Amino acid sequence: MRDATAAAIATNRFGLGARPGEIAACAADPRGWLEAQLRGNPPVISDSGLQSSAAMIATIDKVRADNRQAKAGAAAANAVVKLGAIYRPAYIGEVTARLRQAAITERPFLERITQFWSNHFAVSVDKAVVLGVAGSYEREAIRPNVLGSFAQLLLAVERHPAMLMYLDNFRSVGPDSMLAGRTEERTGKTLGINENLAREIMELHTLGVNGGYTQADVTAFAKVITGWSIGAAGKGIVRGGEPGEFFFRANIHEPGPQTIMGKRYGQQGHAQGEAVLLDLARSPATAQHIATQLARHFVADDPPPQSVNRLARVFSNSGGDLASVYRALIAEDTVWSQPLSKFKTPNDYVISAWRALAMPIDAARNVPPLFANLGQRVWSPNSPAGWPDRSVDWDGASALMQRLRWADEIGQRFGSSIDGAQLAPQVLGATLSANTRQALSRAASAAQAVTLLMAAPEFMRR
Amino acid sequence: MMNILAMKRRRFLQGAALAAGGALLNTRLLFAGVGTGGDSRLIVVIMRGAVDGLAAVPPYGDPAYARLRGTLAIAAPGATDGALPLDTTFGLHPQFAFLHEAFGAGELAVFHAVATPYRDRSHFDGQDVLESGVPVPHASQTGWLNRALATQPRSGAGERGVALGSNVPLMMRGPAPVASWAPTKLAELDQDTLQRIADLYSHDPMLGQRLADAQSADAMAGGQAHDAMGGAGANRYAEVIRATAGFLANEAGPRVAVFDTTGWDTHANGGGARGQLGVRFGALDTALRTLKTQLGSTWRSTAVLAVTEFGRTAAVNGTGGSDHGTGTAALLLGGAVRGGRVICDWPGLSAANLYQQRDVAPTLDIRALLKGTLVEHMGVGPGALDAVFPDSGRVKPLRDLFRA
Repeated sequence: MRDATAAAIATNRFGLGARPGEIAACAADPRGWLEAQLRGNPPVISDSGLQSSAAMIATIDKVRADNRQAKAGAAAANAVVKLGAIYRPAYIGEVTARLRQAAITERPFLERITQFWSNHFAVSVDKAVVLGVAGSYEREAIRPNVLGSFAQLLLAVERHPAMLMYLDNFRSVGPDSMLAGRTEERTGKTLGINENLAREIMELHTLGVNGGYTQADVTAFAKVITGWSIGAAGKGIVRGGEPGEFFFRANIHEPGPQTIMGKRYGQQGHAQGEAVLLDLARSPATAQHIATQLARHFVADDPPPQSVNRLARVFSNSGGDLASVYRALIAEDTVWSQPLSKFKTPNDYVISAWRALAMPIDAARNVPPLFANLGQRVWSPNSPAGWPDRSVDWDGASALMQRLRWADEIGQRFGSSIDGAQLAPQVLGATLSANTRQALSRAASAAQAVTLLMAAPEFMRR
Repeated sequence: MMNILAMKRRRFLQGAALAAGGALLNTRLLFAGVGTGGDSRLIVVIMRGAVDGLAAVPPYGDPAYARLRGTLAIAAPGATDGALPLDTTFGLHPQFAFLHEAFGAGELAVFHAVATPYRDRSHFDGQDVLESGVPVPHASQTGWLNRALATQPRSGAGERGVALGSNVPLMMRGPAPVASWAPTKLAELDQDTLQRIADLYSHDPMLGQRLADAQSADAMAGGQAHDAMGGAGANRYAEVIRATAGFLANEAGPRVAVFDTTGWDTHANGGGARGQLGVRFGALDTALRTLKTQLGSTWRSTAVLAVTEFGRTAAVNGTGGSDHGTGTAALLLGGAVRGGRVICDWPGLSAANLYQQRDVAPTLDIRALLKGTLVEHMGVGPGALDAVFPDSGRVKPLRDLFRA
């Protein structure tokens, strides 16, 4: 299929924005170009200096213990290490590595899919402790699993320490667990469950808010996943296991069978939670929910119900095989008939500018504010629902003006070495309008041409 | 005024209590002009994440309170870190020093056991109902505040309004034109480049409108889009407050603002008087004090409404926090408010009185408060309320919330 519009859609909507030459390279077969990106293992980000979540959490645990000792010590001069001084450089390194990967990858469709899932299973650095592990969470739980089954991805996410911390499950305690009983005897203190993760798994990660579960199901599921926790070397109820790794704490797990959505789960220990997750992954409600989210991201803000239903069928019939679902998405005729159907998020906008202009990655400390200034600090959605995915959530007047200010700054910095008029057809392809083409050719300066290219309506959308 | 509620149950309290606190990360503000309603100004603070009403306005006098709340309990007034007293049942969280002063000055009315008609426990559906004004989640693309504005004639030829904050929240989306405005650290574009971009957008109505809105907002702000404080967190919040005051104090400016705060979803380690929730209450309190100072004489005609999507469990959970609940507190502050009162039909916290054995039972539909504010303060005609809040005929507006 040789289709100039399809090449622009493939690179800009499915990909992360065309790099110069990319549209020409995929024009002979845009769908084939996308499908080829689904073959082979997902790429690994291996920038030097990046740490695993386990190493970060182990470090933090140790620093906390040292700090407690320092505070307890007689010498007032004992140094107390601020945790932010450990989290922040890790965050900066991760955001920089993620932008570098997005800017240069030759599998941009796969990279967009990775970011989609990272947002679907969002953690947020609004919670301070997540700042140190948000990037490693994406690299460890999301990235390696985006071409496997949904169940495999789901299990990896819900067992990951970043998620267990973000949604508080790591120390949710079964009220009839061994530890709760002993604690009550000894101290009179009552320990109990925290239902945050259980609720968001059902509402956001799998079934969707109208997926047929009740408050009683949430509570029962929260009991099922008591004990899903994180290893720690320290003292107290969270001791035991490999520091910073997933650890099932039998002594805080609620014993006995639980009934969820009419089905009884009598498994022992960790297997009980896995059984529930596998059933949630298989539920028709989950298929419908995931299909809707994917279609909204790749087709349009309000995708046609027939498209959603087709994707949901493929999801169910393939046993949640994600690559099959992506291929079904590519096969939807409707995605190829409406160019520029999505308004770019700030994240999309920054990355697509990077790819279009082939800009260098600045000194590491400059990268996070790029996203924050445009209103989408990386890994910081306001809630576990992740960033919203409709035009109306991103197209405010002030948000637009911020993009334009940034476009102007980029034009002034890089314009002298770039010919905007010549670059425009390479990155916008058949979506480049005559109006924009003319404006670029008449720009007052090279810098202004780059600014106008980034300001163009077709560059604001994908 | 107190005949507004069905008060036969339990008792009606007059005195005080306070509403939902506020936090500061990711603030957004937005404004819209109103045609009538005289000089009245309205600021709606949306507190996203379900504010713990039992922490914001602790019912320290309820016999079940201390036991249920455990480590989250706020002590009675007089104790270390005790509640700031409103009456013999309710207090304010100890971080709400300014709000307590305002209560004493008769400028703060506190509502408790408040809820929207939504009865499940999803933040996102709950916020949708709070903002749309429609009982069913995701049934409307427009918000009640915008629809209320749309019922009023436009005043003069000026811009209808401007949004502080990058994007427009659902509460303010709809037929009445609104824009958005937020502080920035990036440099302004020169006029020539802006004109060329406007030309580029001449074939794109949506972008053309957004650009025009942004330019008029900058003009109204006096070209002060720059974030002089230069920081995130509290500083950014202060800057948005300063800008809000600037807009609302401007005679030709907008009359209504919506202000977004987040960070209220305290499932773990909420803390009592000094925990993370207390820090956020403190930041909100400081911001509101600054707002009053900076509004100057405009404060007299201002009302600030602080609302959240639902409350949290009455009991502390297993991790020193609270899970999603139902009834919560709401707050009405300002020089225009007839305050110094706690307005509620307190259901009590005994096990039998909790909603589904876990949450504060709602006894006041928040739409009664919103309607009362629109009618009395903003001059919205009572006949327009059915369109602003569909399917709410039995929810009567609260009366006498404002000074004559």
